[in-house]
Amino acid sequence: MPEVERKYVTPGELIAEGNYKSISNVIRINNKFYATKVGLAEISHEGIRVIPLTGPYIPRVDDLVIGKIVDFSAFSWEVDINSCFFAYLSAQSVFGKEFSPDRESLLKKFSIGDLIYAKVVAYDRTRNPLLSVSGPGLGRIPKGEVVRISPAKVPRLIGKKGSMIKTIETATNCKLIIGQNGIILIVGPPDGILLATQAIKMVESEAHLAGLTKNIQSFLSKYKEEQS
Amino acid sequence: MKELIDEKGLRIDGRRVDELRPLKIEVGVLKNADGSSYIEMGKNKIVVAVYGPKEVHPKHQALPDRSVLRCRYHMAPFSTDTRKPPQPSRREIEISKVIREALEPALMLEEYPRTAIDVYLEVLQADGGSRCAGITASAVALADAGISMRDMVVACAAGKASGQVVIDLNDVEDKEGEADMPIAIMPNLNQLTLFQLDGILTPEEFEKAFDMAINACRTIYDAQRKALMDKYFGKAEVGEE
Repeated sequence: MPEVERKYVTPGELIAEGNYKSISNVIRINNKFYATKVGLAEISHEGIRVIPLTGPYIPRVDDLVIGKIVDFSAFSWEVDINSCFFAYLSAQSVFGKEFSPDRESLLKKFSIGDLIYAKVVAYDRTRNPLLSVSGPGLGRIPKGEVVRISPAKVPRLIGKKGSMIKTIETATNCKLIIGQNGIILIVGPPDGILLATQAIKMVESEAHLAGLTKNIQSFLSKYKEEQS
Repeated sequence: MKELIDEKGLRIDGRRVDELRPLKIEVGVLKNADGSSYIEMGKNKIVVAVYGPKEVHPKHQALPDRSVLRCRYHMAPFSTDTRKPPQPSRREIEISKVIREALEPALMLEEYPRTAIDVYLEVLQADGGSRCAGITASAVALADAGISMRDMVVACAAGKASGQVVIDLNDVEDKEGEADMPIAIMPNLNQLTLFQLDGILTPEEFEKAFDMAINACRTIYDAQRKALMDKYFGKAEVGEE
């Protein structure tokens, strides 16, 4: 594995000096690299980045998010995706190109208050994100328990190649649906949901520590021993 | 005129001329805000809450290429010795503007177009130098909210009382003294974001006061950094994962 140097940083802190590439949350002034957020700085041969530990959710194209329908017009729904922007879900993308507001009512598909699992298909600085629910597993969420964590900590909850999710899922017999916007849906038996919620909260509070997957594994197995 | 420094060289609250008031900074004190902080600087007690980035209301205030920063400095009616009417006074409106302009250079507002970032400063107890304490606490709250920043902002005042240059003026020194000079800096980029001077200083006194204020800012910056580190990394060893 390539050498990666890590350190904890706060905004304005000097991370390194020299000829590196800046990847994210870093500013470069005369070959000096400063952090712009509170987080974990990583210096590797690829460049310098800061993995933030806090911050708002900024949508990116192809993100899968969980959102709540808050309003609708004749041609689209407005969805709260826990970001600084409301997202739009167009009726055409749900009913098909032939959609006409005269023939079909948007309420037939989603009504206000419904939770949906959707994909961001378009977003840039000039307009609000556009969602789509066409794809396997996307659409209205019929049941489950919602847990919110800081959007900056979602990558930690997923783990390397999904290792963290798999650990929690197998130990609790639950299915986790993770929205990149920090909203997580847990579906499964009631005691599994409780345990999974605890595990997720633990990931959130210990996101900056090393060996997190191991800690979670021992927490889950300890709980199981107590039960049996 | 009131004697502000005694024959031993001590000030009315017992400090030396180059000594700061006791300082305490806490991060994340409010659950409902996106970022928050609490500062105690001497008898000053200030809570800062940051909301955003969020949609701008009224919508016409939104800017297409960057976020709008809005600050509200407010003193609670019980923050002073005689009750202060709760509606924003001329002074509070001005300080809100000054704080906004001190924070703006440090924030990367262009990362959040068409949004607003609100900073609310609530002074619970005032003791002179509350704008400086407010700026220091606001920078911490903004970092807690995860808003991209070029650098932290840290502020401190220097001034003149009873003919001597002093640092971090308290309420009495501010009112009775000869000069008050609050400054705010971005400590890593070495840039000045706030500079005010009320009163008269000779060029030599000014040089001395300015250097003292910069040094004081650097001391306060260490406290800011420690507060953030404690909140996010706890007792974990700093520097290594």
